[in-house]
Amino acid sequence: MIEVENLHKSFGDAHILKGITTTFDKGKTNLIIGQSGSGKTVFLKCLLGLFSYESGSISYDGDVFSNLNDDEKRNLRARIGMVFQGSALFDSMTIAENVMFPLKMFTKQSKSEMEDRVNFVLKRVNLPDAHNKMPSEASGGMQKRVAIARAIVNNPKYLFCDEPNSGLDPKTAIVIDNLIQEITDEYQITTVINSHDMNSVMEIGEKIVFLKNGLKEWEGSKDTIFKTDNASVTDFVYSSNLFKKVRKMYLDENS
Amino acid sequence: MTYLKNIGAYFLMIAEMFRKPTKWGVMKQLVLKDIDDLIIGSLGIVSFIAFFVGGVVTIQTALNIDSPLIPKYLVGFATRQSVILEFAPTFISIIMAGKVGSFITSSIGTMRVTEQIDALEVMGINALNYLVFPKFIALLLYPFVISIAMFLGILGGMAACVYGGYSSLADYITGIQTDFETFHITYAFIKTFIFAIVLATIPSYYGFYMKGGALEVGKASTTSFVWTSVVIILLNYLLTDMMLG
Repeated sequence: MIEVENLHKSFGDAHILKGITTTFDKGKTNLIIGQSGSGKTVFLKCLLGLFSYESGSISYDGDVFSNLNDDEKRNLRARIGMVFQGSALFDSMTIAENVMFPLKMFTKQSKSEMEDRVNFVLKRVNLPDAHNKMPSEASGGMQKRVAIARAIVNNPKYLFCDEPNSGLDPKTAIVIDNLIQEITDEYQITTVINSHDMNSVMEIGEKIVFLKNGLKEWEGSKDTIFKTDNASVTDFVYSSNLFKKVRKMYLDENS
Repeated sequence: MTYLKNIGAYFLMIAEMFRKPTKWGVMKQLVLKDIDDLIIGSLGIVSFIAFFVGGVVTIQTALNIDSPLIPKYLVGFATRQSVILEFAPTFISIIMAGKVGSFITSSIGTMRVTEQIDALEVMGINALNYLVFPKFIALLLYPFVISIAMFLGILGGMAACVYGGYSSLADYITGIQTDFETFHITYAFIKTFIFAIVLATIPSYYGFYMKGGALEVGKASTTSFVWTSVVIILLNYLLTDMMLG
């Protein structure tokens, strides 16, 4: 579980995060949603330790990040998997080498053990034959799956995904969503996803945190988001006519 | 003020580069790859330029001392001095600032733009040690490149001299042996060693701390070439004044 307490972050005079308090539960897919400029990416980068923050605290299973020494921070980071928006695969390495990278850096496994693990996770993300391809030879969906494989290869306790569906067609986006949810359930990972994609919200949002202007405006789940009367949430989530109709039908059916 | 900030950040980057070392097994591979990219990959162009510029130095010298009162062996002497003292260590380093420097800035800059550096940092890897330190170690072999440039520059001078009919082979060989001072070689290699550090670190600095997209990667490469060249020229002046002045 990740607990965030009264988190503040500024860039110069711009106060981006204005005191966010929330928790991200273990074994759940936790989504952070909000409009562009609401502070989602800054929030995610604070959670990852890529940005420092002025005040507040972030704790990982009770360990407050800012109280950890360098070695403890390094150990914690070895337990974090991250899927970047653009996949961030190392373009000088093959797909198998990309996936093997965290094992090489953080474990003392033999080459054959590492290869077995790489084969297993590539099979797990439905890429059993992609070992020797370079990232540039893979499609957007394949790159995302390789990024997920790299993120989970070292059995992380925490998985972060920054807009994992951006640039993907709807069908592939659902495959990626389902894969993330299956992996979260299977390995009981604390998964935090930064997303714009309303399909993801409805599909895998076991916990949803809605940010607006650097504040937590609302939190709930894919079930409660249909019923909420928070105007900011409904304006954002049901901005398209299709979603408005879906919501109306849902509310009519359940009234 | 920006210059001072950049200078401070540059030295902090160098200090950070030595912290939290990457696993030796991984680092060894990175160093070997960078030796291949930066040193072995530069040998072709350096050899080509050294050979022909050595020839041009010889021709220019021969044409400018075309007097019966000046001994012919001075062509070889002047070529040797030019090549060893300035052409090989300094001129080749400026060329390397363009070739190797641009490569380093654009490759690290592209990694920044595509979040590959963020990916390293999220994993708890010291990205500066992982990316810059192997280049620093690889470029410690840079004096090897310069020694080849020295040899080929003098050889190119000899070919131009003999085949162009500017002096005899015997005169040229006498010239390159005349008043030879081993300290000049030491001086050239000390300069080369310091330029190697500049070649590894300034382009890395501009790549690592760049912000923006593809256009900015191009701009960072250009800026890195300009500043690497400026620093090499300034250090060349200071080192020459200190060691030979």
